[in-house]
Amino acid sequence: MPMDQVAAHGHDAHDHKPGFFVRWFFSTNHKDIGTLYLVFALIAGIVGYSLSGLIRLELAEPGIGPLTGLMEVLYGTTGQQAIEQAKSFYNVVITYHGLIMIFFMVMPALIGGFGNWFVPLMIGAPDMAFPRMNNISFWLTVVAFVLAMISFLVPGGNGVNGFGGGWVLYPPLSSTAGHAGPSMDLLILSLHTAGLASILGAINFIVTILNMRAPGMTLHKMPLFAWSMLVTAVLLLLALPVLAGALTMLLTDRNFGSQFFDPSGGGDPIMFQHLFWFFGHPEVYIMILPAFGIVSHIVSTFSKKPIFGYLGMAYAMVSIGAIGFIVWAHHMYTVGMPSDMKAYFVAATMVIAVPTGIKIFSWIATMWGGSIDFSVPMVWAIGFIFLFTLGGVTGVVLANAGIDHALHDTYYVVAHFHYVLSLGAVFGLFAGWYYWYEKMFGLKYNKVIGYAHFWIMFTASNLIFFPQHFLGLNGMPRRYVDYPEAFSLWNQVSSWGYALSMVATLLFFFGMVESMIRRRKGEANPWGEGATTLEWTLPSPPPFHQFNELPVVKNEAGH
Amino acid sequence: MRYIFAWISAVLMTGSAFAQELVGQPTPGALGFQPAATRIMERVNDFHNYLLVIITVITLFVLALLIWVCIRYNRRANPVARKFSHNTTIEIIWTAVPVLILVAIAGPSFSNLFYQENEPDLEMIAQSGDLDDPNIFVEAAKEGWITVKAEGMGNWAWTYYYVDELDVDGYPVQYVSNALHYGLPSDPLPTPEKPKYLATDYPMVIPANRYIRYQTTSDRVIHSWTVPAFGVKTDAVPGRLNEGWFLVEEPGVYYGQCSELCGKNHAFMPIEVRVVPQDQYDRWLEVMKTGDIDAATELVQVIDPMGAGTRLASVE
Repeated sequence: MPMDQVAAHGHDAHDHKPGFFVRWFFSTNHKDIGTLYLVFALIAGIVGYSLSGLIRLELAEPGIGPLTGLMEVLYGTTGQQAIEQAKSFYNVVITYHGLIMIFFMVMPALIGGFGNWFVPLMIGAPDMAFPRMNNISFWLTVVAFVLAMISFLVPGGNGVNGFGGGWVLYPPLSSTAGHAGPSMDLLILSLHTAGLASILGAINFIVTILNMRAPGMTLHKMPLFAWSMLVTAVLLLLALPVLAGALTMLLTDRNFGSQFFDPSGGGDPIMFQHLFWFFGHPEVYIMILPAFGIVSHIVSTFSKKPIFGYLGMAYAMVSIGAIGFIVWAHHMYTVGMPSDMKAYFVAATMVIAVPTGIKIFSWIATMWGGSIDFSVPMVWAIGFIFLFTLGGVTGVVLANAGIDHALHDTYYVVAHFHYVLSLGAVFGLFAGWYYWYEKMFGLKYNKVIGYAHFWIMFTASNLIFFPQHFLGLNGMPRRYVDYPEAFSLWNQVSSWGYALSMVATLLFFFGMVESMIRRRKGEANPWGEGATTLEWTLPSPPPFHQFNELPVVKNEAGH
Repeated sequence: MRYIFAWISAVLMTGSAFAQELVGQPTPGALGFQPAATRIMERVNDFHNYLLVIITVITLFVLALLIWVCIRYNRRANPVARKFSHNTTIEIIWTAVPVLILVAIAGPSFSNLFYQENEPDLEMIAQSGDLDDPNIFVEAAKEGWITVKAEGMGNWAWTYYYVDELDVDGYPVQYVSNALHYGLPSDPLPTPEKPKYLATDYPMVIPANRYIRYQTTSDRVIHSWTVPAFGVKTDAVPGRLNEGWFLVEEPGVYYGQCSELCGKNHAFMPIEVRVVPQDQYDRWLEVMKTGDIDAATELVQVIDPMGAGTRLASVE
């Protein structure tokens, strides 16, 4: 990227920051909204992470133990009734863990947080195209989260509060036959609201990126993070309405007597699955693509080299996004599909390995010949590349319908998607956090804490998820509150891994608090010559309004 | 921790943790698939081993590259970064080679898939099947299909229908198969014969060396019928009748667990399949037709070795 050829530009000397309430509640400033999203994602992340703690606590030993105790506390029930409630509550826990992590942690952090913060900065724009719509996007996300939390606390119709049908919300378990309580209706409303927020946000990103790039910055000179956000936004715009449609049909099935998904009225539960995964598969790329963008910048910055194969990287993301729309039924190999249809989805799914491979190898080629600085974000990015590769190759295994018949809905699948999301997207998220923390907040963090956080988290997450491959291969189905004795070894290892990850998580928050107390002043560009994108030309933190005079990207063949 | 020590000591003592790998059910500390009991699962196993080599090599290759660049091109080893950002040859290679690898995967993948998915034509196999082909069973094909329907029930149980076998009242033989263990204090104590969360009160019974056509459906929410050792898994969807096939060569007890989230007792909806010699199956079926399910189940508690039943019959 020829960002080092950016012409000098002036900063607005006088920052007019509004008062606290107006600034943070009526905010139309992309950086403030980005910060709000990050804070929101941190809070939601704590909730989602705690729920996974309940899962690992319950599965640490055979027998239904810890959750039974929790039921005794929450509902005052005892004995057999408490156990029965614990079974239902476990399903509730896994459901909200998934939904919260996806819709209220990863998406708000990567898209709302880093996207809002750095897309305008990187493309040299003063703000997002629709600042007020940006505000609505954020507050609708908050409303959605509140609705989800209320849904968690009202009767689900399964003996406990909350909906326990899994994040995929398959009817008939999610229709009145399975969960008659109001919890599911609130959850539908929550996801509608979150979807609306995301669609508005996606429109905002697309318009901003297409119309507000600095003079001279053609699409083919745009930083890869902006590319990743453009592809992500298009995926959101196309995929979410399909989810909204499916959810609306589910809502009318539940409340107004329609029978879209009810076979007794000529409906088909499998139709919901097709609609859901037509959204759901692009959704997983929505979560990982921004991390791809972040990692590209980090690898380039700390290798002190331009990104290798820039155009290939950009179009690899475009093709991953495009192919992401034609592979959805590989989530449904066991529902009863014609074999030719499965064969098509096998082939289409495996094709995704090609652009993904291009990305992995291009990152390594970027490091090749570089002068690598093992800064905190760089070790997270390198960890990301390795773990994402590991999660990617098990995806190739699962793509084969023949094998998936054995592995579908087992812990192998759980291990796979946590490698690409929990160890992929989330490592990308932490990489971005340590890369831009100083830029966003104007504070230096303690590097030792950052390294310790990485190594402990790396060890912990591998301990949690690698043994789950073994469990899945040996036949342990997912979403099980208890399991035969034979599965206890690897479940125990996995739970010990979770305990270790708690140390890492505490370190993360400790590092944040430490930097805020010590207040070591951040530099405009702490990373040196390798950091060539526009955000590093601004002070840290950037002024309240930047680029009042647009920066000019010199028109020179950069690639 | 005791499991870890047990596992390590088992590895040290026997050279393999799975010297006594259990058949038809999970093995403590196991790393891979359950032993295959059908040709379908054998092929899945072979294909998976093949894939495992490929993905391990790829992962180690990426790891090696990462380690290499970290050693060779760190700030100290290489103070001045080179500035290249293109190399058309290498880009073509890393696009083309993965395509070739995928093609190498697709071949066995499709043949594996179609073998599982396409119901074999028994008449054709019986007439002109190659006796040496491990994928077909000519003698079994001559006997025709046995069709068993598994219906997932709203109260977390499976109902089995032997759709071609009529009982004394003229209805197809059918019965409900419940879990023995529900994670409750009132559960019976698990035994090696009745393993926890796997055993049922009235198992599904099928003869060995016969082509079995299984069908799945459900009365309320979606379940999934599976036996890992058979390599089959098919969702039981209300309003639909799904179908698959398998053939088990070795008599034995094979377990599976419901594999689609179905509510509170999802983890307590096991599948127990007792594969018995043909004549033991015939005796079981005969008693089942009279409606005495307990007496019938008693007949399959001990599985006859192959051929033993024939001898007994000749003594009689």
